[in-house]
Amino acid sequence: MPQVLKTFLRRPAGAVGLFLLLLVILMAALAPVLYPGSPWEMTAIPFSRPGENGLLMGSDTMGRDIAAGVVHGARISIVIGIASTLTALLIGVTLGCIAGYAGGTVDGAIVRFTEIFQTIPNFVLAILLVAILTPSIGTIILAIGLVSWPPLARLTRAQVRSISQREFVQAAKCQGQSTFSVVVRHVLLNAISPIIVLGAMTVAAAILIEAALSFMGLGDPNYMSWGYMIGAGRTVIRQAWWMSVFPGVAILITVIAINLVGEALNDALNPRISRA
Amino acid sequence: MVSATSVISKLTGIALAILVIATINFILVHSAPGDPALVIAGQSGATDAEFIDQIRRDYGLDQPWYVQYGGYLKKVVTLDLGYSIRQREDVSTLILERLGPTLLLTVSAFALSLVCGVIFGAFAGLRQGSWRDLAISVLALILYATPVFWLGLMLVLVFSINLGWFPAFGYTDIRAAGFGSWHYALDVMHHLVLPAVTLAAIYTAVYTRLMRSSLIEVSHEDHVKTARAKGLSEGAILRGHMLRNAAGPVVTFAGLQAGALIGGAVVVETVFSWPGLGRLTFDSVTARDYPVLLGLFLVMSVLVIAINLLTDLIHRLVDPRIGAR
Repeated sequence: MPQVLKTFLRRPAGAVGLFLLLLVILMAALAPVLYPGSPWEMTAIPFSRPGENGLLMGSDTMGRDIAAGVVHGARISIVIGIASTLTALLIGVTLGCIAGYAGGTVDGAIVRFTEIFQTIPNFVLAILLVAILTPSIGTIILAIGLVSWPPLARLTRAQVRSISQREFVQAAKCQGQSTFSVVVRHVLLNAISPIIVLGAMTVAAAILIEAALSFMGLGDPNYMSWGYMIGAGRTVIRQAWWMSVFPGVAILITVIAINLVGEALNDALNPRISRA
Repeated sequence: MVSATSVISKLTGIALAILVIATINFILVHSAPGDPALVIAGQSGATDAEFIDQIRRDYGLDQPWYVQYGGYLKKVVTLDLGYSIRQREDVSTLILERLGPTLLLTVSAFALSLVCGVIFGAFAGLRQGSWRDLAISVLALILYATPVFWLGLMLVLVFSINLGWFPAFGYTDIRAAGFGSWHYALDVMHHLVLPAVTLAAIYTAVYTRLMRSSLIEVSHEDHVKTARAKGLSEGAILRGHMLRNAAGPVVTFAGLQAGALIGGAVVVETVFSWPGLGRLTFDSVTARDYPVLLGLFLVMSVLVIAINLLTDLIHRLVDPRIGAR
């Protein structure tokens, strides 16, 4: 493991990505300390410019502090990003394992089903799911999870297929271990590293989908989110650029950080697959 | 040659996909919290009990689920997508009206991103490790992480509000009704620039990265070394021996991305008030007009399947070996 960590940190992508990611996580963790009280509270004069009235990033049309929204928005983005990725992993890895290990007709059916799901415009399906099931943090996580699993299923299937041919898997089968134990302990455990990397990338994509959903007005009305802030500031961009610029920069930095970490993880965990 | 079996398997694939999509729609309507009749009526504004009863009868909601499911599939096959009570119009009419602008936007963005991606990727891949490669790669990384709707807003801020080069929103000028056909087309093009660039930017980043690695891979192949040994110029090698081979995987991948492209069009059209399917989606979400949303999902999915077929064709043109298989 130390070797992996060393390779990870020696990549500029890894070091920069990890630094930015820690910054965002710190911001999310310290939100109640930095900006106590709700980010929905109207504490300032509306349309204050950044730096005016002691507001770092200005205020919005209702006099809410943009900086407070950006800091609190980090929490919801990270929570939804991770939870929906876990949902996608649960669906994708389960289906991928079944398809890759069982083979035959079961495999054919799952592959076909995954392909269909991959052609469906996933953002439109997410909109439909959240709109009909009414927006809340639970339905948003469910919707993003339901549209994000196909690439994970395909990767898991390919990995499981190649690893289940190996001799140590045959050995475990001969020992009389249950199929579940063979798949989980021997096959999956050895197939996991590229899945982790794709999982990291899925978190970044999930954060972008969440932002787009709340931009469309489908966010959880109880939590301040970056996408909502941009959507709310959109109509007054002519007068007040800061309302939509700062939350967007926050999304950009978070997603870049996660993608960089994912790339460096790929180099560190899969040295043979990674580019020279 | 295209064999009959491959055509049949393709057609069953398409039919199966439409069946799955229609089933998702059906399940969604019935898993919504509360009464499906309310979903069809659109949540608010339809509290009249008699009206709800009528909907229940019209849609057969008092029947067992398999009868309803069969009825729904029959409607989908006959292109009957239901009726929007809010807009007092057939859903299929509403969608058909908006199809043109969306096709214009997505096809231009698709072509633009494919061309730019191939060119930038080739530039970066040819001089691997140079400052040009680094600059293109970093730019691609940033664009890839940018929320599409935010990029659109920033482009409006710079090119429309500050510089005044392009209109910030809309499809045509308000005076367009009086324009001649050439003038009208030019006006639409002028309005198209920002939305198309916004939508294309993200995918340009994806295709650039793909083209770069694909070109690097091709450059190590034997036939390229042979061409170099023959003394061909670098430009001739690139054009004659590398570009087509490297672009193949990019085109295939681009086809697979069609679904994401349509999804991107939804937010881009929202930002730019582009009167297409995406803007209709936004308006229907705001009004909770579920019949329109369900119809949109179905039509957009079919659109993606059509684009997939189209890229398959393009791929055959770029790489004749595919058809021979």
